[in-house]
Amino acid sequence: MHGDRSTLAGLIEACREAIAANAEHLCALDRAIGDGDHGTNMKRGCEAVYAERDELDALPLARALERIGMTLVMTVGGAAGPLYGTLLIEMGRRMEGGRACDMLVHALPAAVDAVARRGRSQAGEKTLLDVLYAVQSEVLKQEPPARIAAAAGMAARGTIAMKAMRGRAAFLGDRSIGHMDPGACSCALLTDTICRYIGETQFA
Amino acid sequence: MKVNGAHVGIVIVSHSPLIARGTADMVRQMVGDSVPLAWCGGNADGGLGTNVGDIVEAISAAWSEAGVAVFVDLGGAETNSEMAIEMLEPARARRVLICNAPLVEGAVMAAAEASGGAALARVVATAEELSP
Repeated sequence: MHGDRSTLAGLIEACREAIAANAEHLCALDRAIGDGDHGTNMKRGCEAVYAERDELDALPLARALERIGMTLVMTVGGAAGPLYGTLLIEMGRRMEGGRACDMLVHALPAAVDAVARRGRSQAGEKTLLDVLYAVQSEVLKQEPPARIAAAAGMAARGTIAMKAMRGRAAFLGDRSIGHMDPGACSCALLTDTICRYIGETQFA
Repeated sequence: MKVNGAHVGIVIVSHSPLIARGTADMVRQMVGDSVPLAWCGGNADGGLGTNVGDIVEAISAAWSEAGVAVFVDLGGAETNSEMAIEMLEPARARRVLICNAPLVEGAVMAAAEASGGAALARVVATAEELSP
């Protein structure tokens, strides 16, 4: 499907396209319960990573993830930058040799824990963690990419009924109920993009 | 800025550069140049937001051997400040604390305390007394 794009650079490009195509939607979700900039922030971060895609492609996967995380930290801003950044930096630091999917099983739980600590949050608080825990659970069961993506989407939709406990949405209290969390939405979107890419190209 | 060893430094981080700068002006009016002071605000595109690189720079600009107290406005400012502190060399990171205090009142109170030569823990505690 992606032809000769079965590379990290191709995956980065796919993520950048997905975020760009949905940036306005992410901003609209964020306007409802936050400060309305999640789409533009994520877009800025993805553009910065995209600009480094050739250098990233030349690195071992673990080092590339760490560097992508650092780039996101420095460019996304908001709370999303440190959260996504922490996820990737910690994954990179915990990955050692072997096949990418084996490394993922090893590295993901610890990285998700690090995100929870960074955000001082837990499951059920209407954040991107709700999606990450769903992804983690499917990854540990070694489910195929399509199942992982479906679980991520369902988890993001699950945040609609939740009351926000963290971030600016928490200021709204009960009024945050009925809106999808923008961070959960971008996380599910990126998961879907990555899973599709892996499914189509055997990247991992 | 000259390296200052005697007085705790103050850093102000707001989503809005206008708020950060205005708060810094109020601190200066209170304590003059006796306390190392730096501010930052705005995202990488110049819009409302915070960014880690600017926070790291601000901490370096207000660096004092006595430590630095960081004042933040909303969620992302705190998370980005934590990230910025972790990027400092460990010996410095240990001497930077984020205050859980209102931005303007906290920074002014802390600066007044710092200008009297109080230690970092005391400066932070004074500002945090303002929090409910």
